[in-house]
Formats: sequence, structure tokens, C-alpha cells
Amino acid sequence: MAKNQSRELDRKKFFADPIMVTTIVVLIVFLTLFILYPLAILLVDSVLTGNGVSLEVFQRVLGMPSFRKAITNTLKVGFLVGILSALIGLLFAYVEEYVQLKTKVLEGLFRVISLLPVVSPPFVLSLSMIMLFGKAGIITRYLLHIYENNVYGFWGIAIVQTLTFFPVCYMMMKGLLKNIDPSLEEAARDMGASRLKVFNTVTLPLILPGLGNAFLVTFIESIADFANPMIIGGSYDTLATSIYLQITGAYDKQGASAMAVVLLMITLMMFIVQKYWLEAKSTATLTGKASRQRMLITDKSVTRPLTAFCLIVASFVVMMYICVPLGALFRTWGYDFHLTFKWFQLVFTRYKGFKAFRDSFLLSLISSPITALLSMIISYLVVKRSFRSKGFIEAVSMLAMAVPGTVLGVGYIRGFSAGVFRTGFLKSLYGTGALLVIVFIVRSLPTGTRSGISALRQIDKSIEESAYDMGADSFKVFMTVTLPLIKDSFLSGLVTAFVRSITAISAIILLVTPKFLLITVQINEFAEKGAYGIACAFATILIIITYGSVTLMNLFIKHFGTSRDIKEA
Amino acid sequence: MAKEKKGVRLEHISKIYQDPKTKKEFYAVHDTTLEIEPGTFVTLLGPSGCGKTTTLRMIAGFESPDEGEIYLGEEPINELTPNKRDTAMVFQSYALLPHYNIFDNVAYGLKLRKMDKATIQEKVTNILKLVGLEGMESRMTNQLSGGQQQRVALARALVIEPGVLLFDEPLSNLDAKLRVTMRTEIRRIQQEAGITAIYVTHDQSEAMAISDKIIIMNKGVVAQMGTPQEIYYHPNSEFVADFIGEANFLKGTITAVDGTNGTADVYGNAVELHDIAGRNTGDECTLVLRPEAAVVADEGQLPCEVVLSTFMGSYQNYHVMVGDTLVKITDFNPKNKKIYEVGDKAFVKFETDSLHVI
Repeated sequence: MAKNQSRELDRKKFFADPIMVTTIVVLIVFLTLFILYPLAILLVDSVLTGNGVSLEVFQRVLGMPSFRKAITNTLKVGFLVGILSALIGLLFAYVEEYVQLKTKVLEGLFRVISLLPVVSPPFVLSLSMIMLFGKAGIITRYLLHIYENNVYGFWGIAIVQTLTFFPVCYMMMKGLLKNIDPSLEEAARDMGASRLKVFNTVTLPLILPGLGNAFLVTFIESIADFANPMIIGGSYDTLATSIYLQITGAYDKQGASAMAVVLLMITLMMFIVQKYWLEAKSTATLTGKASRQRMLITDKSVTRPLTAFCLIVASFVVMMYICVPLGALFRTWGYDFHLTFKWFQLVFTRYKGFKAFRDSFLLSLISSPITALLSMIISYLVVKRSFRSKGFIEAVSMLAMAVPGTVLGVGYIRGFSAGVFRTGFLKSLYGTGALLVIVFIVRSLPTGTRSGISALRQIDKSIEESAYDMGADSFKVFMTVTLPLIKDSFLSGLVTAFVRSITAISAIILLVTPKFLLITVQINEFAEKGAYGIACAFATILIIITYGSVTLMNLFIKHFGTSRDIKEA
Repeated sequence: MAKEKKGVRLEHISKIYQDPKTKKEFYAVHDTTLEIEPGTFVTLLGPSGCGKTTTLRMIAGFESPDEGEIYLGEEPINELTPNKRDTAMVFQSYALLPHYNIFDNVAYGLKLRKMDKATIQEKVTNILKLVGLEGMESRMTNQLSGGQQQRVALARALVIEPGVLLFDEPLSNLDAKLRVTMRTEIRRIQQEAGITAIYVTHDQSEAMAISDKIIIMNKGVVAQMGTPQEIYYHPNSEFVADFIGEANFLKGTITAVDGTNGTADVYGNAVELHDIAGRNTGDECTLVLRPEAAVVADEGQLPCEVVLSTFMGSYQNYHVMVGDTLVKITDFNPKNKKIYEVGDKAFVKFETDSLHVI
């Protein structure tokens, strides 16, 4: 039956739109060159040796006991962090959605927790963990008088990562719990089930796929994490740090490529399971919206232990954040608690603070609008248009989510230091700010695209069709209809990209040249040297910048956002 | 006001879709040939899934046909994108641009055509007057009622003076009363503008009230095309007769043919027939009898037994059995008539011209 006339006609209509065709071609080139190619070159590099194709390099790398140890280390940490984060996240979400919160303090704490993953630079918690529980830690040394506490290693990484990632799980679970129709649970209660029974037989089965989803997302984040294991890992190497050391310490780029391929394979597998199996399942079990408000639990035997637990965890996290500015204000952490501005002064005098902030700020400022625009264009194409390479564009921009920064960094080194395919083509790009900007874009693109896609899915297809029907071409439709309608998503994408870029480290630390000083790289350097005062001063200013931009964005959206009026219509 | 009325011609149009679950391909529209005269109001009517919206979207250019060619006037338009076609569509969900006010919504198409400000101002003002929204230029779309939004959508489509105006179930989101008012409005405006209009609906009374011609579609093919009267009085199939209005179907056999007249045997009763040219003695036939075209009486063509008798105010509603066929009869103005009760034996009585043979 398949007559091809419609396909032929659709193709002709498609090519009648030169701006769209150009955009798609540019996108495909960009995605291929800066996401697919660096990953492909890693694979090629690790199997192509002097004497043809062989698995020699893999054998060599996997033969290293240290690398085999790193694999098990990474998986162990990832597994534990995934489970802990998912459970704590679920508990927080449950308390927020099901339990009557009496205190304003707790509500405030919950809001802070939900904001943290957005504004927090990656290694802040590691820093404060060391300052609280390390050899000179306030809690260990001064409160408990333990002088030789070792925070470095497995438990250090696990605790810090759990505290870093559980807010993401909390937000995911909150979204799921919100969409459970309360009448389902009320029906079970009505038939005589106890609260625990209701949770076990109704609520839990409904959110189980979502819980698995949260676990896997955290698992991926954990094994891709570079900054925390770097600072608090000590001699406990994970895959990400091993790869970094293989390049910067052993100068073994080919070995590092093979290691990167191993890490990529693990995250990719997890990602595919998460994306195509669990994500679909977790939304399929929840249909429709809550029909009305849920009756909150007021029973004190339930509320007290739950709120107490959340209160302790939340205050602990907040305390860890407060530690950072304090660390920058004390003369010598752990010994001399006189207030001083000397670390801030040192940052801006001896350690070229101004240059670091200017470089970080400028590069992020350039990359964020490009990222935001690109992700909106990709979302528009994916949601609203149909053309043959659409699947490719969607898959590759989502794939970037599964690529750990360290892997991308090694890929760029191997792929661009001698030009594309070692031909010298685009060689001049290597080491420039432009390449750093591209890395920032690639690292933030998936988040932006995801939020753009979900924003666009809510807009009736016929609104764009009507503009198209009135005589607008794709470009006009995008500029006059699509973009104004997802203004909020665009703005938040802009700020998220900015914050992600200015706090990025994993890929960038491998690619940055002495020409550029980046704040995150500085923090990492000083933290490793044990110069916590300087590291904290840098980190404090970074937190102020990120928190400031997010606040500014929220204010801006509140006053100038259009989407709110539209949603009411 | 339209610069040029255009007709629309579909030649052997087919559209194939794939069932998303079973992956099987099927014809959403199959080998459809249609001619829509310039300046007429034509309705595509049919149950959901009959291909009417697909046909409309192919004319607008959102879908491409798998077979055949579509002409707008004399121009083949298969390869044109929607923005290059001289059509304008009024969407089911209105699809107004929510970030623009009414003026900018209506002016959108004119701005794209690079008209100067004064012309745009004048055209928008005129068209808003035509649809009865003058003075509301600066309102936002979410400040309007459903009916007003519908008028904006109509104004926006009319103002660009398209060769053909397309409507995709434009009234289905309105309440029943407003639907009746709006369909009269749409008809008035279409006639004032003298524009060709193609209108998709599944509501038969809407189609009857508004159209010069109705095209009834079923399972991707055109079942019948004609004026509302032709379709109602001379349906060419049981599907059409049943879809438009209510109908009783009586099976019979032709027993005599005399020119265009003849006789049929229905459950052993001889029934006189008109307009049966081309049929022969011995042919099986189906007689269509509208409920309002018959009455229950003491004498008539077909003996029957009353099984339901309900007083409905303006009419008496009867269900009677003729043989083993249930026949519905609505007997209007029953005040001074004899009322038959359940169990009564009586006759179904009708004019010979009221019977339609298919």
C-alpha cells in the first residue's frame, strides 16, 4: 500500500524552507563534530595501535590493578549513593506532600534544599566536609576531640555525594507524589488499611518505577562526578579521577582514552535503561492530575520522627554551606578563629582573582545565550516538526547527558589537539576560549533541551500551525510564536546554562590552558594544596554569583514572564 | 471583498496512515474526487475517523496526499507549503496567539504580507466590525469568551482574503446555544464576503443549517454529495439515511414495475412506490421512511402493533412493530388526535412520495 508520494511531497515542502534546512544542517554538523566525533575518536584511539586494530590497550588498562580497583570503587560508591539519595529524596518529598508542616523554618529549609542543586558549585560540600570532620575539623577535633579522623575515601565521597545529589531525587519524587490522586489512597484507607499498609500497597507501588529512575539518575551522576572524589577521595580513586591522573600524571593519553571508553560504556548503559525503560514506566503508572487537595497527615507519631529526620539532614546541609564563607573569614581554620579579610584580599592580589572571575564570567556569559537558543531550537524541531534527521538530533543531544565531563574532556584532547582526525583541520581551535565555550555549551545543552521540550509539549500544536497557515515561514513562526510562548523556559535555560558553565570543572580542567584562569579550577587547586582559606574565598564568591543570577532570573520571570498569563487562559 | 473566489478540486486523493499500535497501514482517505464550486459553502460531514479532517488538512497543506493532486482554482498545490497556499484555516481550538492582543492577532497575516500600517489599521478595523468585535482591539485573548475568541479566529482568517476559507470543527468547544448563534453568524459572514468555504463537522444539524452542499464521508470515501435536501430526501445508502436525521428501514421485494412507478411486497403487504426507474420485478429493496413522514392510523399501508407510546409535548412518540421490524414514528401536534396505547393494533400510514427506495 505504501505510496511514497506524501514522503516525496513532504521532502519538497521541507526543502522549500531554506532557513530551516540551513539550521538543521548547522545543528547536525555541530552535534556530530562536538559530541559524536570526540566520543568516536576515543573508541578509535583505544583500539587502533601501531600495528592495526587490537584490544591491546584495553588489555593493558584492565590489567592495571589500580584501574580495576577504580572500577569497583566507582560502582560501589555509585550504588550506595544512588540508594541513599533516592531514599532520602523520597522521604523529603513524602514529608512535603503528605505531612502537615507546622514550622515556617522547615518550609524555608525545604525551599533552600530544592534550590541547592541549581546554584551549588560541585565541590563545596567536599570542602566543608573536610573542614568539619577532617584532621582540623571543627566537629571532630574541637567537639569530639578526635585528632586523627580520616574523612578521605569511600565514606567521605559517599556522604558528600549523597548530600549533593539527594535534592535532585527529592524534586523528582515530589513531582511524582504530587500527581498521585489522593482518592486512591483514601479508598484504601476507607477499606480499612492502616497508613503503613496504604503506603506499602498503594503509594509505593505507584512510585516504584520513579524511585528506580531517581536511583539510576543519581548513580550516573555519582560515577560521572569528578570534583568530589578529587578533593575528598584521597587515595581512593574513582574512574573519573583515574582518567584525569592518567593524563595529567602518567601522560598516557591512549590509556586514558581506553579508560574513558570504559566509563562511557557504563554510564551509557545506565542511561539507556533509565531513559527508555524506567522513565516511560514511571510516567505510565501515573495518569492524570490529582483531583483535589490531599488531607495532610497530622498524627504526631508519624509527623514527629519524619520531620525530625528531615530537619536534621536539612540543617546539616545548610550548615555545610555556611561553613564555606566562614572558612574564608577565619584566619586559620581549625586553629585561629579570628575574623579576617586576608583570604579575600589574597584572592584578589596574589592569586589573580579578578582575572579568574573575568575569564569564568565572560566564557559563561558567552556560552549561556548560545546554549539557551540552541536548546530551544532543538526542542522546537523535536516537538513541532517532522523531518528525517530529527531522531538523530534528539538522540545525540540527549546522549550528551550520559557523557561524563571527564570523558568529553579526553575526547576533545584526542580529537582536537592535532586537528580533526589528526589532519590539522580546526587545530587552531584547540586551547582557545572558543573551545571552552563549546565545551560549556555541550555540557549544558541536554538540560536546556529537556526543559524546552517539556515546555513546548504543553503548547497546542495548532497555535503554530495557525501562524504557518497565515503565511509565516518556519523562522517567522519560531521567532514570533514559539520563542515568545516559551520565554520563561528560555530565561531559566539561560541562567541554568550560565550557572552550570561557571561551576563546571570535570571537562574543563583537562582542556584549560594557562591563558585562562577559571574559578573552579582555582578552587580545586587550592583545596588540593590544603589552602582552604583561599579555596573558600573563591567558592564564596562563586556561590554569591550563582545565587545572585538565579534570584535575578526569578525576579525577572515574576515581573516580565508572559507564560503565567497564557497558562491562565 | 475577496479578491477572487477560488474553487477546490481533489483528484483521486488518498492518504495512508499507519496504525501506531499494530503498525498496519490503512487508508484514512481513499481515492476521493471532489469539485467544490467557487463561492459555495461546502461541509464535510461524517463520524469521527471518516477522513474529513485529514481531507481538510491536506487542502491546507499540513498533510501531503499519497495519491492524487489537489487544485486551488486551476493551480496544482501539492508541493506548496501551508504558508504559500491561498487558504486560511479556523481551528477547533481557535489557536489564537496568546501573547498578542486582538488587533495583533488579526493583523498577523497582514504584517507577514508586508502591508503598510494605514492599510493594516483599516482592514483590521473593518473586519472586526464585520465579526462584531469593534472597540475590543486591545483586549488580550484570555479576556475573551469562547464565542469572542471564535470571532477573532474567523476575523484573522478572513482578513487575509484567502481564496478558500477552511473550518475545522470550529464550534465544537462552544455551548449548545452559542453554537446555533455562531453558525448563523459564520454563514452570514461567508455570504457577505462571498468567499469559498469548506467546513468540517460531525454535527448533522450544523451541516444542514449552514451549507450549500454537504459531502458525507464514511471510512475514507465520499458516501454522498449534494444539497441538504437531496441528502435528506434522497440518501443513496442506509449509512447516509441513518447518519442524517432518523430513518426507518423496511426490507421489501419489487413485485411490479410500471415506468418509474411500481409496487413492493413488505411483509405480505403491497406498497406503492415512486421513482424506481432501473429496477426490475423480483429485486430486493430497502424502503426509507422518516419518522415524521408517517402517522399511526386506523387504516394505512402497513398493519402494525404499538409497543411504545410516549407523550413528548409537541409530538407523540410511537414505536411500532411491522412484521419483525421496529418502526419509529413521531406524530406531531397530537392534541386532537386519537392516541394509540401499547398493544393496540393499527396501521402505519404515509404518502407514497415520502418513501425513498435504496
